[in-house]
Amino acid sequence: MMVAETVLEEQVVYARPASLRDVPTHYCPGCTHGVAHRLVAEVLDELGIRERTIGVSPVGCAVFAYKYFNTDGCEAAHGRAPAMATGIKRVRPDMVVFTYQGDGDLAAIGTGEIIHAATRGELFTTIFINNAIYGMTGGQMAPTTLPGQYTSSSPAGRDVETAGFPIRMAEVIAGLPGAAYVARRSLHNVKEIMKAKKAIRTAFKVQLAGLGFSMVELLSACPTNWSMSPPEAMRWIEEAMVPYYPLGDFKVAEGVEALLKER
Amino acid sequence: MAVELLKGNVALAEAAIRAGVEAYFGYPITPQTELLEHMAQRMPELGRAFVQAESELAAINMVYGAACAGARAMTSSSSPGISLMQEGFSYIAGSEVPAVVVDIMRGGPGLGNIQPSQADYFQVTRSAGHGDYHPIVLAPASVQEAIDLMVLAFDLADKYRHVVLVVADGLIGQMMEPAELPPMRPLRAERPDWALTGAQGRAPRIITSLELDAPALEEVNNRLQAKLREIREHEQRYAEQMVEDARLVVVGYGTAGRIAQTAVRQARREGMRVGLFRPITLWPFPERRLSRLADRVDAFLVVEMNAGQMLDDVRLAAGGQVPVDFYGRTGGMVPVPEEIYEAISALYRKLPDSARWGE
Repeated sequence: MMVAETVLEEQVVYARPASLRDVPTHYCPGCTHGVAHRLVAEVLDELGIRERTIGVSPVGCAVFAYKYFNTDGCEAAHGRAPAMATGIKRVRPDMVVFTYQGDGDLAAIGTGEIIHAATRGELFTTIFINNAIYGMTGGQMAPTTLPGQYTSSSPAGRDVETAGFPIRMAEVIAGLPGAAYVARRSLHNVKEIMKAKKAIRTAFKVQLAGLGFSMVELLSACPTNWSMSPPEAMRWIEEAMVPYYPLGDFKVAEGVEALLKER
Repeated sequence: MAVELLKGNVALAEAAIRAGVEAYFGYPITPQTELLEHMAQRMPELGRAFVQAESELAAINMVYGAACAGARAMTSSSSPGISLMQEGFSYIAGSEVPAVVVDIMRGGPGLGNIQPSQADYFQVTRSAGHGDYHPIVLAPASVQEAIDLMVLAFDLADKYRHVVLVVADGLIGQMMEPAELPPMRPLRAERPDWALTGAQGRAPRIITSLELDAPALEEVNNRLQAKLREIREHEQRYAEQMVEDARLVVVGYGTAGRIAQTAVRQARREGMRVGLFRPITLWPFPERRLSRLADRVDAFLVVEMNAGQMLDDVRLAAGGQVPVDFYGRTGGMVPVPEEIYEAISALYRKLPDSARWGE
């Protein structure tokens, strides 16, 4: 018997990135934090910067992000990740620093910190998860909650008369001179996920090139707190969130154009 | 090094630089702003980090970040700004990273005023943020002592991986006195073995104050409390004068302690057996020495530029053995020696010929 001849050579086509630890996460089924983590980890691997990266975790669902990224990491107070990242990067400009923040963290309690870090052109990268809700505390209204959206603290739907309108952070940050690259992408299907990864890679490259502050906002699903099935949640991103939060590059400063053309 | 005429705030800043501070983050607030201004000039000159933050909240969290990366980092502020920084103090203490903070206290509550005050005693010694801990608190009474304690602050912060506050009032911050700066220390070449330096050829390091598991968090607290006991055991500092035969001991720190010194000397000239005890560490409070003094004096007079905050600690140290009286001014009012002298002589007159009151 010539069994060996019939065995095909194995080829790895999909593996865990070295920048992601081999541990289970605490995220709910259908949550896109896992996808976002993986995209960041793949980029760290591909750019070969894992061993000189320091991540700053937020308060919110991603509070344990430092347990999942296989890099040095620390845990900030709610909203203060950009201040912590500033402190780290200023004393270790040779390190690659990123914050990973949710919408309550970045767009409510931490607006001062993110706006001024971007204004100063701090050389770190922010991954901003916008899922239009406070996940960890159980589904309250976020600064990004859509008009009319039901949450546990807007039980009749977000009333813009009293609760104001959702805030478009990518557009806000793009207006600041220190921001070099600001993009919004979505994680609701494979095509958009691939685009999201490219934006994340560009953002880290902007940091490595010392061009300024970089941020990628990712529209994300929270089926648990939206009371939807995972497929319904993906559709809701596309049908409800994308129209309010348009996808695209909102700031491409001088020098970033060339990076965008790179593969 | 030569003696030169130095303003308190500038002396604190330059002493921190000589002690090897790598990064300063601050926000302007009277009466500490000269400290920030000196840093704005000197730090970039030396190739070190300086950021004028958007708020005191951001400033303390920048310090937190730099400290996590293993750098000697500091900030400075005054009372209302210190209130805002409380969040950061707690995270820093919980994560066990070193940080140094200067508080040039002013009158409160609220916006209060910009005059000298000691009304932050409770907010800096009792907890300085949520959770169960005390920061180390150092209180200079002169520009020279401010310089010396600034250097000590960095060493204690590193030794215990803890928050250290240097608290003075607007008077010490603003006045000029002859003082001598220490020589310039080289910056630390190596990062500590707990610092975030990139996981190159080693497992990732994590710095966090989060622990959801209650038994595990209790363990964290037990470790923290053991450290605080060690600090309490080894770091109590004070200065005293004329206490050997004293029947009455005046207890005051910082500016109040220094003004009280003049009043105590006057009382001595009048034949009263009065001494001065000046805590230098407000936490750990120098309770051991004060308890020993309580065994043999007839009374304590606490003098503060507040409504009576350290008073609690003196009472605890006295343990009910002797009466503890109080004289204080609030709202940014600084007592003059005559007022304190009056308080001393009024209390002294009440001392019975026997060893204890009420006997």
